[in-house]
Amino acid sequence: MSLPELQKKLVAAARLKAPDERVPYAFEKRVMAQLAARAGADDWVFWSRGLWRAAASCVAVALLLGAVSLFQPKAPDSGKDLSQDFENTLLASADLPDNSTP
Amino acid sequence: MEPSEAELIAAVLKGDSASFEPLVVKYSPRVFATARRYARRESEIEDIVQEVWLKAFDKLKTFRGEAPFEHWLMRMAVRTCYDFLRGHQRNRVSSFSEISEPEEDWLERFVAEPGNAAEDADAAKLLIDRVLEKLSPEARLVIQLLEIEDRSVKEIAEITGWSVPLVKVRAFRARGEMRKILARMTQDKYL
Repeated sequence: MSLPELQKKLVAAARLKAPDERVPYAFEKRVMAQLAARAGADDWVFWSRGLWRAAASCVAVALLLGAVSLFQPKAPDSGKDLSQDFENTLLASADLPDNSTP
Repeated sequence: MEPSEAELIAAVLKGDSASFEPLVVKYSPRVFATARRYARRESEIEDIVQEVWLKAFDKLKTFRGEAPFEHWLMRMAVRTCYDFLRGHQRNRVSSFSEISEPEEDWLERFVAEPGNAAEDADAAKLLIDRVLEKLSPEARLVIQLLEIEDRSVKEIAEITGWSVPLVKVRAFRARGEMRKILARMTQDKYL
C-alpha cells in the first residue's frame, strides 16, 4: 500500500468536507450577556483590588514605622519617666519665679 | 442605513458594547466553521467560539483597521483553536482498533484498488478526522492550514505568529507525523 497516496486521498477527502457554518440559536445574545456579566464583575474586581491594595499599603507603612522605632537608637535616659516630664511641662509656668513683685 | 463595520468598532471602543452584537451576528458562522475544524463536540465548539468573541472584545483596541476585521478575527479564532488543541491532548495515543465498518471497507477498497476508493465517501472523511485527531497540536494546525485549506506558508506564518522557516520545519515534521500515523493505522489492520 502506498502511504503517500493514502495521505493524498485522505487530505482530498478533508478538502471536500464543507465546513459547517451553523450557529446555535441566539448565540449572539449569549455572548452579549457574558460580556455584560463580565463588565459587572469587573466593577467589583476593581473595588476589591483597590481595597486590598490599600490594606496592603497600610500594613507596609505600619511595619516600616515599627521597624524604625525598634531600631532607632534610644535617647540617653535622663532618669525621668514620661509622667515626670508631663508634670514638669504642665507646671512649668507655676515654677517660674515671679519677677514682677518688687 | 446600517452603520458600517468601522463605525460599529469605533462605537464599541467608545463604550457602546451593544454595537458589538451586529459583528457577532455577522461573523459567527465563519468562526463556528473554523472551530468545527479543530473540535468535534458541540459544547467544546461553542466554548471556543465564545472565547474568540470575548478575546475579540477585549483586544478590539489593538485592531488598527489596516486589514479587514474578518482577517483579524479569523487569526484570533485559529489561535484560540490552537490553544484548545494544546489543552486537550489526551486520547491522542490510542490504537485504531475502534475504526468503524465503513471506514474499514474504504481502507480495504483502497488497498485493493487505490483508484476506486472515492475521496468524497463519508468513510474517508471519518478516517481523516480520526487521523487529524491523533496529530500533535502543531502538526494538526499546519496540516489543516497548509494541506486542507491550501494556505501559503507566509499566510500561515501571519496567522500563527510563527516565523516562515518555523512553519516550513513544522510542515515537514507534520507530514512525517501524519505518515507515521497512517502507517500505524494500516499496520493495525493489514499486517
